Amino acid sequence: MKKIIITVIGKDAVGILAKTCTYLAKEHINILDISQTVTGGFFNMMMIVDAAKYKKTFDKLGAELARLGTGMGMKIRCQKSEIFEKMHRV
Amino acid sequence: MINISEVLETNRMILEENLDVRTITMGISLLDCADSSVKKTCDKIYAKITRLAKDLVKTGDDIGREFGVPVVNKRVSITPAAIVGSSCCKKPADFVKIAKTLDRAAKKLGINFIGGYSAIVSKGMTPADELLIRSIPAAMAATERVCSSVNVGSTKTGIDMDAVRLMGEIVKETAEKTKSRGSIGCAKLVVLCNAPDDNPFMAGAFHGVSEADAVINVGVSGPGVVNHVLRHTCRGVGFETLCETIKKTAFKITRVGQLVAQEASKRLGVPFGIIDLSLAPTPAIGDSVADILKEIGLEEPGAPGTTAALALLNDQVKKGGVMASSYVGGLSGAFIPVSEDQGMIDAVNAGALTIEKLEAMTCVCSVGLDMIAVPGSTSAATISGIIADEAAIGMVNQKTTAVRIIPVAGKKVGDSVEFGGLLGHAPVMRVSKFSCEKMIARKGRIPAPIHSFKN
Repeated sequence: MKKIIITVIGKDAVGILAKTCTYLAKEHINILDISQTVTGGFFNMMMIVDAAKYKKTFDKLGAELARLGTGMGMKIRCQKSEIFEKMHRV
Repeated sequence: MINISEVLETNRMILEENLDVRTITMGISLLDCADSSVKKTCDKIYAKITRLAKDLVKTGDDIGREFGVPVVNKRVSITPAAIVGSSCCKKPADFVKIAKTLDRAAKKLGINFIGGYSAIVSKGMTPADELLIRSIPAAMAATERVCSSVNVGSTKTGIDMDAVRLMGEIVKETAEKTKSRGSIGCAKLVVLCNAPDDNPFMAGAFHGVSEADAVINVGVSGPGVVNHVLRHTCRGVGFETLCETIKKTAFKITRVGQLVAQEASKRLGVPFGIIDLSLAPTPAIGDSVADILKEIGLEEPGAPGTTAALALLNDQVKKGGVMASSYVGGLSGAFIPVSEDQGMIDAVNAGALTIEKLEAMTCVCSVGLDMIAVPGSTSAATISGIIADEAAIGMVNQKTTAVRIIPVAGKKVGDSVEFGGLLGHAPVMRVSKFSCEKMIARKGRIPAPIHSFKN
């Protein structure tokens, strides 16, 4: 399993989750967990996904998600999960 | 399972508070490159460095992209060049050829600095050590990316005052030879006491003879993160909470370094050496150790209480960092370079911070008088005196100390000098006008200190 954390940040709007999930489904990326908060009209979403069946490179995933985000006026980042696990777990 | 607040906290550190991995430094032993011919030595050096580190920059960039944390610098440190060149270099110009080879290798690899144009002369100089030292001004003038360091003392051996005297002259000469560029040669030249063999940070990085053939050392950073946490959670709290907060933050910062180091080591097929737990500032706003000292409660760094605040900070960074990594080394602590820290520059300009106070601060932090510009008219003996003072602090306190001082040719107190990039810009500081010439003129060395009767 290749665990990746995807974060989506920006102004709240209709269809952000739907568009992101559609893209992930198309690329055979399985969503393990989603959490989100909306504070002051700002949308913060985090997804934990499994990219084991994803066929392209990590850079490609990052670039495509970033482009998808730009199209919705959002910032989408993807990062390997170890950075968060290392930082926040002893 | 990771939760959203942890993810957002990490990304805020990276995106807003300048959290980065400051450097992945590959240490490379060049002992097997020694030859009786200068040309052959240079060829072997170039071949070995460009072979072992050929993927260093790409690997660092890949790791940075995948984890979403910038890996700012990729660098190489080598066996002290005075040892590598000792059997072939018969004059300073021969060593300059090695320096040019290192510069060429650095450019080929795309790294911004290569360290280890060095001599370790804690107790005495071999003829090769002295030749290398005498070649430093020409080497610094003829290269862009080569960093030089000279270790002039240690707790075990005392201080080689002949080397200290010589280094005063060499620093002056280096400033003169690079005067058209703000005497920048001196920004890449550091004089150390108790220099560690595994330091990943420039200008003092070299690959000591106690090290394996190649090793990956990583320097983390993050003064902006510590500053942010203190600003938002620690105003008016007691020392216990303050220290606990710094410690926890240092832990988080260091864990990122540990992750990057392990990944780099795995991908490059080179063993992991150490993490250097340093709070290394940059000229970027908010990425300042001085700002942390202000947040602890000082009007400006240099105010009474500064040494205590820095001691506290340094110790907590180490305590948090040690828990986060299995192997800790290098300089590990808070850096207080003047030109590379906007808060320090402001403190000097405000008249709060003097060389004498900085000297006191170096007793409790990880380096020494770092990136300090002084008037071009400062004598070689005075520079040697400053080096001797720092070396004495390191020798007696069993810690690393260093002097990276720039007597900027043609500049006087109140002027400013621009080095650019990470090296920043510096106000020219006042130096004591009283002479130490007769002391510096004495020959020989200061004996090692007694290790009992500590007072």
